[in-house]
Amino acid sequence: MRIRFWPRFTLRRKRAVWGYLFVSPFILGFIAFFLGPIVQSIIFAFNELTIKAAGFELTYVGWENFRYALRVDPDFVRVFTETTIQILVDLPAIILFSFFAANLLNQKFRGRWMARVVFFLPVILTAGIVYRFESGDILTDVLGYVPDETEVFSVSRSMIGLLSVLRMPAWFVQYILTAVERVPDIIKASAIPIVVFLSALQGIPSSLYECAAIEGATGWETFWKITFPLVSPLFLTNIIYIIVDSFTRPGNTLVELINDSAWGRGIYGVSVAMTWMYFGVIAVILVLVFLLLARRVVYMEE
Amino acid sequence: MAAELSRDLETMPKVRRKSRFFTSHFWAETLWAFVRAVLVLGICYIIVYPLLIKLSSSMMTEKDMYDMLVKWIPRKLNYESIVQNYRLLYGFMDYPKALFNSLVLATTVALLQVVSSSLIGYGLARFDFFGKNLLFALVILTLLIPPQMIMVPLFLNFRFFDFFGIMPKSVNLLGTYWPFILTSITGMGLRNGFFIYIMRQVFRGLPKSLEEAALVDGAGQFRTFLTIMVPGAASAMLVVFLFAFVWQYNDYQFTRMYLSNTAPLLPFSLERLTRTFDVEQYSKEYISILNNTGMIMFITPLLLLYGFLQRYFIESIERTGIVG
Repeated sequence: MRIRFWPRFTLRRKRAVWGYLFVSPFILGFIAFFLGPIVQSIIFAFNELTIKAAGFELTYVGWENFRYALRVDPDFVRVFTETTIQILVDLPAIILFSFFAANLLNQKFRGRWMARVVFFLPVILTAGIVYRFESGDILTDVLGYVPDETEVFSVSRSMIGLLSVLRMPAWFVQYILTAVERVPDIIKASAIPIVVFLSALQGIPSSLYECAAIEGATGWETFWKITFPLVSPLFLTNIIYIIVDSFTRPGNTLVELINDSAWGRGIYGVSVAMTWMYFGVIAVILVLVFLLLARRVVYMEE
Repeated sequence: MAAELSRDLETMPKVRRKSRFFTSHFWAETLWAFVRAVLVLGICYIIVYPLLIKLSSSMMTEKDMYDMLVKWIPRKLNYESIVQNYRLLYGFMDYPKALFNSLVLATTVALLQVVSSSLIGYGLARFDFFGKNLLFALVILTLLIPPQMIMVPLFLNFRFFDFFGIMPKSVNLLGTYWPFILTSITGMGLRNGFFIYIMRQVFRGLPKSLEEAALVDGAGQFRTFLTIMVPGAASAMLVVFLFAFVWQYNDYQFTRMYLSNTAPLLPFSLERLTRTFDVEQYSKEYISILNNTGMIMFITPLLLLYGFLQRYFIESIERTGIVG
């Protein structure tokens, strides 16, 4: 009788082994460069960290790092609230704009290809270093990237007038105004959400539209009864993407503060504590968005 | 035959069609086409404007900045005046060396990330094994955690790298390309989770029958992957390459952490310009011109790459490649 070294695998088991093989880089990387660091960062948040030539030393300080960030650091609380509000303000604007732009780019018109090339251009122009130069550049002011103050004011004033005539609530007016000021930033941040929406729009089977046209549906009805529901799962995807993108978006002052605490001031524990608080708020926002949207999303049966 | 046909057509009674100008449908269409053109052009303008400003100011002299009549086009425009600022920065930035290093680093990282994310994406898309859904959730989790959270621990891990305690003495991997290589090959690089997600969706969308045919014909799993699946996903892989390249090329924070900001790479040499200008005591206006020139020199390689790859990028969207 021959003794086999390998146990005889069924086809299923064999394929499972292959699956693990293909995924194994991720498992290794996840343990080494993600799970390990995450555990360490929890430890660091409650310790004072000093780096020495031969290694690093930890001194347990309890909640001191969090207390320092919240009570002692002069900027953290302000920057923290600002950044959070910024995300909440940007999120609906980016989502609405990118959905609108994707619908626009999905239509047939001359120069559509060119328009798409330009719309996706911001994907490659995301360098933080470029942003830093731009924000401190006098030329952009001189040449009037932002229109003259008087212009902004007149536009804003006429808009305030219009909106108050329509008896819009004050917070809505304020929101519109900040959104208008941030139009270039919102357009830049929309590039990938547009890509996601656009490919979803292209994926809707044309038979559905033909069917609707034969049944005599108007364009308006077709949009709300077919286009919108079928694209709706991607609202969730995009919301997640936009939030993730905001971590690395240049001009995120909270991230700058966190980096500065670690590499500028050398208070590593505090910077990690700050990040945990940041992540906590982001997680709450994500959970709320999920609870709000998950039920209303329509999934097409395959 | 043809003559008969044309005669028939001539003798056919002419139907007076109602002119299309009188239908409300026509006018609605035209109006919308106009509004759409304005919107598209306006948005394009907002996107391209910063680039145009940089380009035009990179060709200016200091005098042009004070000139109230000069807004876009400098007073003197010839080869010498166009090239002058670029020539100056070419030396200041140590441009050829910095560009070469940046390109090599970004290409290495992008290639490794394409390889790792296709392998992982394929594994998640086509095989059934215990914990597959959990693994996919973990991929998304790596995206959702702000990179700053693991920044300090990663820094320490690479500073005192002992291969998870296996090696007796720790080595310092900082200042080498190893941190980039190790994180990219294991799918943990910058936004790697996003690429894994894309590749998984693409592989899920490819027809199963081809793969099964290859397996039946006796090709191994890995060979099937290389010869059947990879060609099918090639354009998506190019898109992932573009993304990974761009993000590595633009990255400042992690590159500085792994290599220190004295490394001869483009973002750092762009940053060092500020100090050079301080030493040279240039005027505010001239510094602005040179900064814009530097940014053009930084962006140009990316624009070229995008120009070459935009076809695949937009095609893969049209074939609903990116999200399934």
